[in-house]
Amino acid sequence: MSDTSNTNKTGDQKREGAFAKFLRETEIDTRLLGMLAALGLIWIGFHYYGLFVNGFGAFLTPRNLWNLSVQTSSIGIMATGMVLVIITRHIDLSVGSMLGFIAIVMGIVQVNILPQFLGLGHPSIWIIAIVVGLIMGTLLGAFQGWMIAYGTIPAFIVTLGGLLVWRGAGFLVARGETISPVDATFKLLGGGPYGAIGNTGSWIVGILGCIAVLAMIILGRRKRQNFGLHLRPIWAEGFLAAIGVGTVLGATILMNAYPWPKGIIKKYAAAQGFEVPAEGMFISHGFAIPVLILLGVAIAMTILMTRTKFGRYVYAIGGNPEAAELAGINTRWMTVKIFALMGFLTGLSAVVASARLGSATAALGTLDELYVIAAAVIGGTSLAGGVGTIYGAILGAIIMQSLQTGMVLIGFDAAIQQVVVGGVLVLAVFLDILYRRNSK
Amino acid sequence: MSDTLLVQLKDISISFGGIKAVDHVSLDLHAGEVVGLLGHNGAGKSTLIKILAGAYKKDSGEIWIEGKRAEINSPRDARDHNIETIYQTLALADNLDAASNLFLGRELTSPMGFVDDAKMAAETAKIMARLNPNFKKLKEPVSALSGGQRQSVAIARAVYFNAKILIMDEPTAALGVHETEMVADLIKELKDQGLGIFLISHDTREMMDLCDRVSVMKNGHMVGTERVEDVTEDDILSMIIMGKNPKAAA
Repeated sequence: MSDTSNTNKTGDQKREGAFAKFLRETEIDTRLLGMLAALGLIWIGFHYYGLFVNGFGAFLTPRNLWNLSVQTSSIGIMATGMVLVIITRHIDLSVGSMLGFIAIVMGIVQVNILPQFLGLGHPSIWIIAIVVGLIMGTLLGAFQGWMIAYGTIPAFIVTLGGLLVWRGAGFLVARGETISPVDATFKLLGGGPYGAIGNTGSWIVGILGCIAVLAMIILGRRKRQNFGLHLRPIWAEGFLAAIGVGTVLGATILMNAYPWPKGIIKKYAAAQGFEVPAEGMFISHGFAIPVLILLGVAIAMTILMTRTKFGRYVYAIGGNPEAAELAGINTRWMTVKIFALMGFLTGLSAVVASARLGSATAALGTLDELYVIAAAVIGGTSLAGGVGTIYGAILGAIIMQSLQTGMVLIGFDAAIQQVVVGGVLVLAVFLDILYRRNSK
Repeated sequence: MSDTLLVQLKDISISFGGIKAVDHVSLDLHAGEVVGLLGHNGAGKSTLIKILAGAYKKDSGEIWIEGKRAEINSPRDARDHNIETIYQTLALADNLDAASNLFLGRELTSPMGFVDDAKMAAETAKIMARLNPNFKKLKEPVSALSGGQRQSVAIARAVYFNAKILIMDEPTAALGVHETEMVADLIKELKDQGLGIFLISHDTREMMDLCDRVSVMKNGHMVGTERVEDVTEDDILSMIIMGKNPKAAA
């Protein structure tokens, strides 16, 4: 039996085309390629639609892509947590409402409460506000997880309740008011010209990123060598390194290509006490702080999912909860931890979202749960459980955000936007099902 | 067979919703011995074994391991007593590869505390080379494996960690003739190494061949335990069907 399958395999390998060989040797996931292709199509499609129909292609410009990166951050941060929730066959419908509630509480802490004790603009205000938000998110998430795991109430119900309860709680606490302005330092975490790290900072980040890519490839190869496992051919390693470094450098150049607006430069020059030259000045935005936060979250979550026991157990519970239990994994406590983590990330996302807005309203984050779930699912997280990746969810978030931004840019109204986003979600899941069926 | 008592199950009972799945059952196991458990579906064999494996908590009774009373309340407790179990369902996470399944719950970690996938893959390759030399699909999720290959992953998991007590719940149910023979050889080999093995199967002939003693259960009761050389296959069958021990009646 095994003999015949072996000969078949060698036969297949001989017959496979150059592209298939390329994919196998580089170990690139075909679904990742598919997602990148879809993203490319969306970007190019919107750009040229704008160019031909409106006479102006606004999508593939540094300005739009920079804004896109900032807008993706809030959804992207939550999507990485939603991956874990969905892998373990749960769902969290409460993240949007929870985000609004947390934002309100953080707003009250930094606008109404702390200035009374510390004085307005005290340097620790933003830190305390963030810590409060993160702790609050973790606790709310853990509470929901506890009800799901130990109360055995389905996650759908618990978080559907949360969707209503947290939104209502936000309105109650704020009494319907908008809380502003947030602390000046806090505001930087939302992006904007001052909330970006500029030309030099971006290059430092970019070069560190390149070093990290190369180190990962070299260390991975050395490790495989030590244990006598299959090695990628040198050309494949080189290709991956080139792609990785190229992406990092390209992103850095792109982010640096978006200059500060003239008005901001004038204000900045006035504050710093220098004259703006007559021909104008070019001050780069560089990477926005919320994007760096998303990047940090993505790296931390990827390490968590691929390199720690916790991540391994998340996948095991998703694949076979009974087997995980029999292997000695405390699946209930794991569920609490997963929802606590989701809550923590929602808190972080609330920081980014309310900082970007410069204020906190109880309506902040409305419908976010759907975008977050859609991002995770478009990114290949299976609702049947057991399958999903962090990078996929972030790509999913970028795709969702690209669709929305693109439609705004070419002047589609809100009603059509909803129709398109909803249709794309269903289509993406259908394509995913087809892909899985064929790859079996 | 040595005389070291490995396991004593004393007067074990458990009920689910008023139904006594296991009713005051006692059973013991020596080092280097294979004890077979027989009976119809629902006789309570798997339930009894799952109590020893830590998957169920007994209502009453005592478990003694190597002469000491043991509290087994979770699969982890059972593992701490060197009890390994191969479940009928195999209990594999289908989405993970062989190495991740083999080490599930006991991952090898680097000094930094991260899971050491390369080392686990290498260890898995080593043990699979011994158990099932045809096994090549180390990188694929176990859902892509054949029934026999999945079984060898489950067996490897039990054997790798140097168990003293092995529980095998229908280890050959999903296997072909050749693979069934391989499992039988493995059972004999492990027995010679001094392991105690509880074996559950429906195949009476296979049980007569592999076991030193067989116990028959029916409706949660223990019908009787006999040395295989003292009984015929027909005796066993009548114990299973009638729920009476013919020797006791005689």
